[in-house]
Amino acid sequence: MSWKLFSLLLQASGMTILVSAFAIVAGLIIAIALSALRLSGNRLALGFVAVFVSFFRGVPLLVQLLLLFNLLPALGISLSSLSTALIGLTLCTAAYQTENLRGGFAAVPPGLIESADMLGFTPVQSFLRIKVPIALRLTFPTLISEAILILKASSLVSVVGVIELTKMASNLAASTFMPVELYAAAGLIYLAINQVVTLIGRFAEGRLPGTGVPAR
Amino acid sequence: MKFDIGVILASGHEILSGLALTVLIWIAGSALGLGLGFIVATLRRYGGPLVNLGLAIPVEILRGTPFLVQIFLLYFGGPFIGLSLDPIPAGLLGLTVYGAAYYSEIFRAGYQSVPEGHVEAADCLGFGRIQTIRHVLLPEMALIVLPPAVNMTVILLKETALLSLITVPELTLTVQAIGSQKYAFLESLFVLALVYWALVEIAGQLGRLAEGYFSRYRTART
Repeated sequence: MSWKLFSLLLQASGMTILVSAFAIVAGLIIAIALSALRLSGNRLALGFVAVFVSFFRGVPLLVQLLLLFNLLPALGISLSSLSTALIGLTLCTAAYQTENLRGGFAAVPPGLIESADMLGFTPVQSFLRIKVPIALRLTFPTLISEAILILKASSLVSVVGVIELTKMASNLAASTFMPVELYAAAGLIYLAINQVVTLIGRFAEGRLPGTGVPAR
Repeated sequence: MKFDIGVILASGHEILSGLALTVLIWIAGSALGLGLGFIVATLRRYGGPLVNLGLAIPVEILRGTPFLVQIFLLYFGGPFIGLSLDPIPAGLLGLTVYGAAYYSEIFRAGYQSVPEGHVEAADCLGFGRIQTIRHVLLPEMALIVLPPAVNMTVILLKETALLSLITVPELTLTVQAIGSQKYAFLESLFVLALVYWALVEIAGQLGRLAEGYFSRYRTART
């Protein structure tokens, strides 16, 4: 396979990284908001979060993306395929990340929250300044594995017309009749990106401060 | 906007045939993947360092690349290297191999969870290797292996939707085809999402039942 083709794949992998990074970060923010709803104890909020998490974890991402692509225009919302794909990927990972954060929030020692109450923290302050940092620190390894899952899942946005690594590989495979080389090269690039994410995760894991909460 | 779910449900028997193929490929792929994964994990445990390394590489490649790229490589690339498969066998092979990589890691963790002393005790009692696996290792690791294996099996159910992209006439492809025949894309996708949701919930419940059943193997841990 020529360097020309490989460099096209590399360029397209930029889109893969961009889409995945956006989904992970936006998904994390939504997951924190959903965790706040879950911790509020309000029945309606609990029900909403439970259905959200169950739906987005229970339906294949491919079906979610296809549904979103037909639903938004029917509701009169017209967005580019990239924006729609970003929304779809974000909602899906938000559901998984909410579930991952559940354990982290459960492990926050109640004594810390009581102390914060004593010190006059408002519930919002104690959520944002105590519960969220501890839960994030405790669930950091699952965040890294979620990032790898999303990198791989981002290949599905090719189906709805976003030109990322997989889509570029199929386009080139169709025009050059070299599917073996192109899909294998795409796979190697995914593998390399995942290795880098794993290494960054391990490096960051060692550098993050401890929380003082004993590991369970 | 017009939304009439009846249009889709009128094609009930076609949906059922797609559903049947999805369930069939899923169960066959999971069962074969589970078996292959077990064999891979066992070879990696007993086969020596070279076999271990030789199997670790494909496992890492399969776990590090998207399933979509794997099935595209198999289905569109296969004919170029003398492996021309029809969509259904290609899909089943892809799902089996992909699942086996993950199952093998689950079994590997299971093997590692059994205390070395138990294996040595079996050796001392004159157990052969297969007897040790059958009567010591497998029962002891069942409870460790089951939750992640159930989880993986549910993930495989969702991955079968991707087989529609290599034209396997399973649920997703069938319902989408009905949607375009009747010009009811949105309705068809709603039905599709609901059916998968229900399937995944049922599979999850069955998995929890199995975990309850196998908990009779729970032993006091020191």
